[in-house]
Amino acid sequence: MSEKALRKGNEALAEGAIRAGIRFFAGYPITPQNEVPEYMSAHLADNGGAFVQAESEVAAINMVYGAAATGTRSMTSSSSPGVSLKQEGITYLASADLPCLIVNVMRGGPGLGSISGAQGDYFQATRGGGNGDYHILVLAPNSVEELGNFPKLGIELAEKYRMPCMILADGILGQMMESMSFNFEPVDPNKLGKFSWAVDINKQGRGKSKVFSYKGDNLIADVTERAKRYGLIEKTETRYEERNCENCDVLLVAYGLSSRACLEALSLAKEQGLNVGLFRPITLWPFPSQRLAELSKRAKAVLVVEQSLGQLVQDVKLAVGNNIPVGLNAYPAGGQPDGQQILTAARSLLTGKKDGLFDLQEHAANFTYNCERDLSLGVQGDRKGGK
Amino acid sequence: MTIIAQKPKCLTDVPMHYCPGCGHGIVHRLLGETFDELGIAERVIGVAPVGCAVFADDYFACDTVQGAHGRGPAIATGVKRSKPGAIVFSYQGDGDLASIGMAEIVHAAVRSENITVIFINNAIYGMTGGQMAPTTLVGQVATTAPKGRDPKLQGWPINMCEMLAQITGSKFLARVAVDNPQNVIKAKQAIKKAFENQVNNVGFSMVEVLSQCPTNWHASVPQALEFVRTKMMPQYPLGIFKDEGAN
Repeated sequence: MSEKALRKGNEALAEGAIRAGIRFFAGYPITPQNEVPEYMSAHLADNGGAFVQAESEVAAINMVYGAAATGTRSMTSSSSPGVSLKQEGITYLASADLPCLIVNVMRGGPGLGSISGAQGDYFQATRGGGNGDYHILVLAPNSVEELGNFPKLGIELAEKYRMPCMILADGILGQMMESMSFNFEPVDPNKLGKFSWAVDINKQGRGKSKVFSYKGDNLIADVTERAKRYGLIEKTETRYEERNCENCDVLLVAYGLSSRACLEALSLAKEQGLNVGLFRPITLWPFPSQRLAELSKRAKAVLVVEQSLGQLVQDVKLAVGNNIPVGLNAYPAGGQPDGQQILTAARSLLTGKKDGLFDLQEHAANFTYNCERDLSLGVQGDRKGGK
Repeated sequence: MTIIAQKPKCLTDVPMHYCPGCGHGIVHRLLGETFDELGIAERVIGVAPVGCAVFADDYFACDTVQGAHGRGPAIATGVKRSKPGAIVFSYQGDGDLASIGMAEIVHAAVRSENITVIFINNAIYGMTGGQMAPTTLVGQVATTAPKGRDPKLQGWPINMCEMLAQITGSKFLARVAVDNPQNVIKAKQAIKKAFENQVNNVGFSMVEVLSQCPTNWHASVPQALEFVRTKMMPQYPLGIFKDEGAN
């Protein structure tokens, strides 16, 4: 346990990672997560670890692959476009059954997008942005306190199941300051046991360890074995937070920063005579589908609040099915949710109105579109240019 | 009875998958001999590439990591920084090292990572069936350069040792060949030096090996050896391009 202190999200995360026994970090500068590699560069070596500023996101995640192969608690952090670049390494880490911590302090996308906090990478995180059949664990903190304490949870889960774990934060959580404390004693990684699978030196006849990604003829067996772990994780490792979920009319579902705006909505709702609850998934994969399905039988409607254009809502609909109406209150591309707007959408769900609810088909209802080639601009055929 | 030659202890008994006449097997043996002779067998961790040597991890008796195409130097960096007592080598082909992994090899040299890189240059993509490599010679026919490499379309071959020699962090750079016994002996000396450097914390060392690929060159083994001598060596002269470990 540590004393309460005012900490910036990204710095709490970095300090929490060092306290969790992370001893290898590789990263590349990108806003809004720069405090993480900066903090690591200042403090990791003093704690007996190694910091490398990599030449690219691709190199950084592959350095983590090498470090994780030795059994060292290893980590990289980035923000959305950088995490896209890391996907190659993430699918290789999954295939080689390597535990590590990957942090995404999300910003607006697609592409270079913006540097505002956003939640547009839900699909990428939970569906696997790289090739092949695999999952990674995904933890979604909603406070500086959780940012500081999730690295330990994340690396322990990653090691337990031999797979990467992502902490999916966003630019606002990373940049904001809150009072927080670490709820665990610092881990001394030198006192942790070794892994039989890790590559090592001076093994004194313990036999050869091979960390590898090409499975060839063994691939089917490899992938189906891993799927058993995935099933076990779905059954035992879902985490979530509930507020007034069992007796509410409208059940809000939100993770990360969006859930903070939902807390505002919950307090406003009392004043306005609305009965609203909040279900906050903490693990996005595994998604707490079963609990959400149970709760949806008691509410009149579910409202998903997300800072993206209909990503989280898909998992909610899969869980809830046709039990009750599921609405979406969306703030894509760096938009910030607001308690009153959330309540407007919640009220719409109960009264059959549309205010505050996003539906893609209605959004595009009277939309016409034309983007054709124009012969009056000339023809494409001349590839030489000039004279 | 006196044993005058035997398989290095650092190689496994697994039959190699390499094509007849290929240079990989020779280089593997030289690595195994080097580990045995330097007494570093218990400390070696190898990094295998994507390409013809993707199964190299089966052939070395040491612990191994096999990762993504071109990322060997980054993976080796992670291993070495986490296990500073390890002797880490990255084994890579020319597509792996000089094309898709160009950034990783250059920056491993820039940081002077204390690792050893073995770079097999056979001027072609072997595993995928003979496509043009960054090291393919001008005029050399490849499946993606059916009329031969034309510098106007595909540029010129890249000389990695000469390029990396410009980088302060490169401490040992040698180009060798395995086309005849004399050159094999010289290759062994260079490889041994590149590992001695790592033992002595000298910094980034790389040995480029000109290797024959009879299969994808559509040549007999003697023809392939002749191609190394008469076509590759003029473009890729043998020698030591940097040796700052001696001081």
